[in-house]
Amino acid sequence: MTALDGNAIAGMLQTAFGQDMTAAPGTCAGCGAASRLGQARVYRGAGTVLRCPNCEGVLMVIIENGGVMGIDAQGLTDLHVPW
Amino acid sequence: MARAALLRRLTWQTGTIVKIVTETARTRTIALQVPEWRGHRGGQHVDIRLTADDGYQAQRSYSIASAPSDAQVEITVERLHDGEVSPYLVDQLRLGDELELRGPVGGYFVWQDSPGGPLLLIAGGSGIVPFRSMLRHHRSIHSTVPVQLLYSVRTPEDLFYREELMRMATSDEIDISLTFTRTQPPGWNGYDRRIDREMLVESGWSPGADPLVYVCGPTAFVETAAELLVGIGHDPRRIRTERFGGIGENP
Repeated sequence: MTALDGNAIAGMLQTAFGQDMTAAPGTCAGCGAASRLGQARVYRGAGTVLRCPNCEGVLMVIIENGGVMGIDAQGLTDLHVPW
Repeated sequence: MARAALLRRLTWQTGTIVKIVTETARTRTIALQVPEWRGHRGGQHVDIRLTADDGYQAQRSYSIASAPSDAQVEITVERLHDGEVSPYLVDQLRLGDELELRGPVGGYFVWQDSPGGPLLLIAGGSGIVPFRSMLRHHRSIHSTVPVQLLYSVRTPEDLFYREELMRMATSDEIDISLTFTRTQPPGWNGYDRRIDREMLVESGWSPGADPLVYVCGPTAFVETAAELLVGIGHDPRRIRTERFGGIGENP
């Protein structure tokens, strides 16, 4: 399976965070690389997994079910929400 | 006040199909009339949602193909073999039908005539779609930012927006290079290979011009282009990428 990137889930991220997050800078907990969420590699299955463009470590997992969204962002040591 | 506008909830809206243009054998541009569209920036996306009779829903994100100043919102959709949404949009949708959409979304892969510097756009296959929005915007605001577009497709039949791109290329500010990687038009004396270092050096701004670079296409295409650009000396911080997976071969 080949990856989309964070631009393709801009709508889901905006629904979760209340604003655009594709330009939001984050820091990978695995390798320390800084990237924008738009640059993350995105894999969609039962949930949505965002991986670091540098080391492929998991940055964030998003689960949507019945209008409720759960986000696990343990792979980010820092995420700048620009509001 | 600004904050209230910023945090405005993203809601599903209904658009009506007012125009359909066939681009290639498996691609159509669909124009929607969206009564409460609040405007967008070149490069942004819209989410489209389909609901089956049994309530099952599928949604996909598409780059907006129209300019912010256009009266309608356009998307260009390529039919994917195993697609859940694209076959319906390309084969079934008719004029007057309604579609659920939400947007615009995205703020990373966008261009608005700033930050400054010349613009270098690199498209692989349907990666041309967000660039049509940016280029139309560039024309509509009479931008003086010089643009170089390198567009890679497999065959002449795979080219989107042929007449419009030819027209844009007549402007002083916009320079367009094409490469046909598999089959070339008769008498073609331009590029006939996949993008490589030499092509980027010849047809794109040099790093010294400090261009703002946008690369859009299938994942493998984008990664190849981005690596070549950094290898030539372009500042990685000035390169913005958008990968939309990869279906089949590289364009």
